[in-house]
Amino acid sequence: MQGKNGNIAIKIDRLYKSFGSLQVLKAISAEIAKGEVVALIGPSGCGKSTFLRCLNLLEKPTSGKIEINGQEITDPKINVNKIRQNVGMVFQHFHLFPHMSVLKNIMYAPVTVNNLPKQEAQEKAMALLKKVDLVDKADVFPAKLSGGQKQRVAIARSLAMEPDIMLFDEPTSALDPEMVKEVLDVMQAVSESGMTMAVVTHEMGFAKEVADRIFFLDRGKIAEDAPPDVFFSNPESPRAQQFLAKIL
Amino acid sequence: MNLNFVRMIDLHSCLFAQLNLDFSRITPSIPYIFGGIWVTLQFTLLSAIFGFIWGTILSLLKISSIKPLYWFGMAYTSIFRGTPLLVTLSLIYFATPQLTGYNISGFQAGVITFSLNSGAYISEVIRAGILAVDKGQTEAAMSLGVSYKPMMLDVILPQAIKNILPALVNESIALLKDSALVSTIGATDLLRRAQIVGAEKYVYFEPLLIVAVVYYLMVMSLTLSANLLEQRLRKSS
Repeated sequence: MQGKNGNIAIKIDRLYKSFGSLQVLKAISAEIAKGEVVALIGPSGCGKSTFLRCLNLLEKPTSGKIEINGQEITDPKINVNKIRQNVGMVFQHFHLFPHMSVLKNIMYAPVTVNNLPKQEAQEKAMALLKKVDLVDKADVFPAKLSGGQKQRVAIARSLAMEPDIMLFDEPTSALDPEMVKEVLDVMQAVSESGMTMAVVTHEMGFAKEVADRIFFLDRGKIAEDAPPDVFFSNPESPRAQQFLAKIL
Repeated sequence: MNLNFVRMIDLHSCLFAQLNLDFSRITPSIPYIFGGIWVTLQFTLLSAIFGFIWGTILSLLKISSIKPLYWFGMAYTSIFRGTPLLVTLSLIYFATPQLTGYNISGFQAGVITFSLNSGAYISEVIRAGILAVDKGQTEAAMSLGVSYKPMMLDVILPQAIKNILPALVNESIALLKDSALVSTIGATDLLRRAQIVGAEKYVYFEPLLIVAVVYYLMVMSLTLSANLLEQRLRKSS
């Protein structure tokens, strides 16, 4: 694997996922190295979001094995909450807690899950807010924020749990065009801190610049797995060629 | 037209004359009747609190993926919604001494029945409220590693309850008014006291009229304070 180092963060072995009779993921196998940023792209309905959601068990895989940091999370005896503390997720529609202030949103999980003292959690939350450049919004409720601001808070909220891996499910798809960049900038900063990231995205510019690898999914399979320069200039599969021809 | 007006006034005074209201006979008993306000309030408050807690638990059973819990919640609701309150009230009041030997008071039987009963209704309201909270909220909490209990208590229920506040107020109003049923098993609430005074003085209309007005005022103040609360909650988001 062409990761920044040899350690494997996520190992997926013959992952299947079906909803009733609809087979969404078919025998996906892949490895993601620690510190690696993988962009998942592909036509809608190809299973990329489902794939991502299997990685923190928001979707239960039908069969197959997923290992995170060497621990098999598809083991039925596993404590799912423990796994999820280590795998942050950012959603297309933010899903901030509307009845909590921005600061409380970020403090909530560390205080509730890790029993972090409030004082400490607050200092940490403020530091994170500084990172996403929203210190002045600490006491505001989410309803008062713009989409881009909401998503930056959502990223800070995930980072507050100090995860090893971050999953992004179309983080900029619900944003006004002029707010996309502020979110992508934050994501880039996160990736530069050495975070392992899997990003479902339609932002080809981001995929090209920030990702170490591209997974191109088509009909529930990884049709192509290549570094961005190779993928964008010289895609192998005809389906990827078609896809790129349409969007670039 | 003027003539018509005079006739109408005439008709009215005629009506009042026929009503023949005379509060002077029951004036000494009015403090006794008003004492029932406290009983009725206590009764409503206790039933509302227990009913709310029990309703919350039931609603969680009813959205549970564990089938036996789900069936229990559903069967329970079906039974309490499908039987008249007066019947369950009498059942509990008369059956408890026979089954357990414990001599249950009308007040206790009332609180138990009303809590059990309003629990069934409230559980449906809360269940709808929980289901109406965006599924993304659950997913966001889960993805942070938050376990079921704090997720429900801190994230889902506060949002659900805010949405169903008007329905909960309706339920409390129903509870307050239905509380008059305990007068049938000897608890000396507002209505019972009016009846007692009526029986003593041989006047029924006046005491009943008084308690009707008192019930109405209580319901009104409940409605108004609920409106204020709702406005405050709205402001917070």
